[in-house]
Amino acid sequence: MPYIPHTPDDVCAMLDAIGADSIEALFDEIPAHLKAAGKLDALPEGLSEMEVTRLMNERAAMDAGAVSFIGAGAYQHHIPAAVWEIATRGEFYTAYTPYQAEASQGTLQVIYEFQTLMTRLTGMEVSNASVYDGASGLSEAVLMALRANRKSKSRKVLVPTALNPRYTAATQAIVENQDVALDSVAFDPASGQTPLDALKPFEGQDYAALVISQPNFFGSLEEVDALTDWAHANSMLVIGVVNPTSLALLTPPGEWGAEGADIVVGEGQPLGVPLSSGGPYFGFMCCKQKYVRQMPGRIIGRTVDMEGKQGFALTLQAREQHIRRSKATSNICTNQGLAMTASTIYCSLLGPDGLTNVAAHCHANTQSLADKLTAIAGVERAFSAPTFHEVVLTLPKPAAEVLAALAGKDVLGGVSLATDYDMPNAILINATEIHSESDLDLFAVALKEVLAA
Amino acid sequence: MSEIPAELRYASSHEWAKNDDGTVTVGITAHAQDAMGDLVYVELPEVGQVVAAGDEAGVVESVKAASDIYAPVSGEIVAINEALEDEPELVNNVPYEGGWLFKIAMSEESDLDNLLTADQYQAQIESE
Amino acid sequence: MSETQLIFQLSQPGRSAVSQAPKALADDKLSAIPAHLRRKQKPALPEVSEMQVVRHYTNLSSKNFAIDKQFYPLGSCTMKYNPRGANRAAMLPGFLNRHPLAPETHSQGFLSCMFELQNFLKEVTGMKGVSLAPMAGAQGEFAGVAMIRAYHEARGDEGRTEILIPEAAHGTNPATAVMCGYKVREVPVGKDGDVDLDALKAACGPQTAGLMMTNPSTCGVFERQIEAIAKTVHEAGGLLYYDGANLNAILGKVRPGDMGFDVIHMNLHKTFATPHGGGGPGAGPVGVSERLLPYLPTPMAGQRDDGSYHWIDTDTLETSIGHLSAFMGNAGVLLRAYYYARSLGREGMIRVGEFSTLAANYLLKRLEAVGCTAAYPDRRASHEFILTFAKEAKELGVTAMDIAKRLLDYNQHAPTTYFPLLVPECFLIEPTETESKEALDEFVDAMAAILEEARTQPDMVKEAPFTQPVRRLDDVKAARELDLAWSE
Ligand SMILES: Cc1ncc(COP(=O)(O)O)c(C=O)c1O
Repeated sequence: MPYIPHTPDDVCAMLDAIGADSIEALFDEIPAHLKAAGKLDALPEGLSEMEVTRLMNERAAMDAGAVSFIGAGAYQHHIPAAVWEIATRGEFYTAYTPYQAEASQGTLQVIYEFQTLMTRLTGMEVSNASVYDGASGLSEAVLMALRANRKSKSRKVLVPTALNPRYTAATQAIVENQDVALDSVAFDPASGQTPLDALKPFEGQDYAALVISQPNFFGSLEEVDALTDWAHANSMLVIGVVNPTSLALLTPPGEWGAEGADIVVGEGQPLGVPLSSGGPYFGFMCCKQKYVRQMPGRIIGRTVDMEGKQGFALTLQAREQHIRRSKATSNICTNQGLAMTASTIYCSLLGPDGLTNVAAHCHANTQSLADKLTAIAGVERAFSAPTFHEVVLTLPKPAAEVLAALAGKDVLGGVSLATDYDMPNAILINATEIHSESDLDLFAVALKEVLAA
Repeated sequence: MSEIPAELRYASSHEWAKNDDGTVTVGITAHAQDAMGDLVYVELPEVGQVVAAGDEAGVVESVKAASDIYAPVSGEIVAINEALEDEPELVNNVPYEGGWLFKIAMSEESDLDNLLTADQYQAQIESE
Repeated sequence: MSETQLIFQLSQPGRSAVSQAPKALADDKLSAIPAHLRRKQKPALPEVSEMQVVRHYTNLSSKNFAIDKQFYPLGSCTMKYNPRGANRAAMLPGFLNRHPLAPETHSQGFLSCMFELQNFLKEVTGMKGVSLAPMAGAQGEFAGVAMIRAYHEARGDEGRTEILIPEAAHGTNPATAVMCGYKVREVPVGKDGDVDLDALKAACGPQTAGLMMTNPSTCGVFERQIEAIAKTVHEAGGLLYYDGANLNAILGKVRPGDMGFDVIHMNLHKTFATPHGGGGPGAGPVGVSERLLPYLPTPMAGQRDDGSYHWIDTDTLETSIGHLSAFMGNAGVLLRAYYYARSLGREGMIRVGEFSTLAANYLLKRLEAVGCTAAYPDRRASHEFILTFAKEAKELGVTAMDIAKRLLDYNQHAPTTYFPLLVPECFLIEPTETESKEALDEFVDAMAAILEEARTQPDMVKEAPFTQPVRRLDDVKAARELDLAWSE
């Protein structure tokens, strides 16, 4: 029996101890007509490890082999071999949430180190131990801002149109149930940035927070200082949405404007987590110390044991659902611990110089890719603003058509902006440190062929 | 058995109330702090906030529990115990003195009559 | 075991794991980024060698209890063996390197697994449709209750403002109801662990949007009045939500769909043997009855007549409650669950409910025999059961927490403590089907020894543990003097 160790003798001895004459008798409190007997017929027969592995190998192979330039919120990076070798050690991989602190010091110290790393990357004072992903993390940040902004009575938050539309959609789906409204702030179609001008109509109005995405969905860099100061001058909190790799090069949100962002969230995937079809990734979430009691999710504190020795424990648990129930800051319980563990190992291996070099190569490769592609007749950069590691290009043909043709050549040439931005000929592309010069050339050659056809 | 000063009034939700010429000082009882264990944080209302008797007006937190504080009488919050921000343990150590939570300028004198006497409160906790 | 320094304390300026990053670029390569948007100082990440990192985290890992090392009978958490084959399969390069927005032409392998998994989960739960999108149990609950809300709203049934929840329920249930904009009304649980049906009837009305419950309940017993409960809630116009945290107990034996539930979430990180990773990730797929099909969260996998697979998204399913994450949820967890489902097959699936129930009932009877007190002695255990140490706490001053800590010294992970809140000084114990009889017997021996210690040397038990990397921690200090990030 797969994974079940009991021999027939064991079963007899166990039933004897219970005083039952069959396993079926143990289900005697369940009304007989509810039993599922015979109802699982559509399930296949069980397979051995060799057989399932063969089957899944075949499936995985079907999806392999293309060169990808898709970013849009998930990025391919080199992941040191040690990261997942260690993260998948049974001691990390098969432990539960660290409720018994004395028997979970490994996980607890990793989280404390992770919290420290995130505060250093973002320039914020505190971090939690992860939320599900960047997009759902933004929904938590929005709800948190409503609680934390005592000056505001509104249930509205300003969200830039240039924010990843998937973040807006997920946040909308989550917060609308509590009658929270997300009002959009337009972007400048020339620069691809969110200009101060676009905020003018909201001047003096009551909003709990302004969301600022750096870089924004188009890869464009926003004037974060001016946006932050505007929000604070209008009694709004600032929620920064950032790419963690970019933080090696860009001003950390804790230093935006005169006072810094109040809450910072983002997708942790670029820090050592593979693309893996969309998850498990992890959302990171940081804030100013004064708002920590409004933060959702687990938080680890450093303390001492009864002999005065350093140790780590879950703290501020009264914010969480298991204690505060309907008044908790969030319903989150299980988070993305293992991905967070991997990213802690990743950041330690990369160090300040390594992460800076990764970010610099991402930027430089994307610039170089954009240069190569815009050398093709009819291909142009859509926006004028400086970018980090993504760029929007306009094509002389509909993006959907071009992307399909490129995919036919095993080149995944970015994502189309047709549905989300009504820019039918625009694509968003990304290159990272893993793309070689010949990968970039491959894309250029393929695009040229496709456009010529 | 924990202390229940005879001169105070009590809410069944374990707050005590002390009236000085219409200003009512509010705290939690020795019994309540004992049940909570070591307090680690006290969330207080804002001065100027107007509350009705029975409204939530704060939260006391220990490591393993959090409990709402209800205003025992109606009125305006006129003072909060700022010392609790750094020393929540005052509520554990001196619940009826330095561990008070907030003061209400009472708008309905009759609210006091709805509260329990020391004997009644004693009877309540014995029956719990 | 000695104190392990923080990774930051190992840092030396100028040291690095050189081979892990590309070489530095000349600064002119960054000239396109305006200076005022640039960071002034590099982030203070640790500067350490590759071996230091490997040794540091390997040493830290050794301070954890884990299923791979110990019996881990956390009630409500289903700490069963996590097959290694599932991990290897989910980490195959074709899956690992697939971008979530890759075109369908380059996603057929992954989509086929997801489509089949949806169907397997439909089959074992008796529901009409399944979405794999939610990323953990709590997000599955969110999706479920949001669907209940969408259903009432679509019918113009506006007055439904309350979700009913048995008082023994997990904290995520009430927290979820509030996140979905509902008020919570708790329903009392009777002395035998079943819901107080009269109280439920009194609580139900035109304001009832639905009832959230588990079955078997968090009291570790099968709710015998489930059909009456379903009838009561349905007659009041409410819907029935099944918290699938306890699905392991009935896998292959009873299906939530057949019990009358309208919507259910499953915790694949429990029932389908995916690892907990020291806190996550999980996956919390939702299943629904016919009437909630239009509201399922997206994306889902669909199949065309020609056999090819495609995504079903909000462009075609406009009534969906929408996306709950940027992409499609915790894909890698879903692949592990798919592996597990294929590995077990039909027969294996049925055995899960049978053997987890056998193990729990055996363990309960043995523990009672050595002097433990069952909270519901007249009931069958489901896949888990509750002990109460109220007597020991009162007479010996030894609490459930003390016993839990002492268990660590016996190399046994403690069960869930103080949940459900309604049973004083309790343990919720869930052994799972993958533990051998010998492992269960060892736990019984440890408990018997600790009960004896509680009688003869209670002060010692109150100071446990003695064998772990740290002694009992000062939680009060941790909360009063917040130290949440290291500074030199
Ligand atoms: C009964 C019950 N419901 C819901 C949950 C929440 O699941 P998750 O932690 O995956 O969010 C849990 C798990 O802790 C549980 O035990």
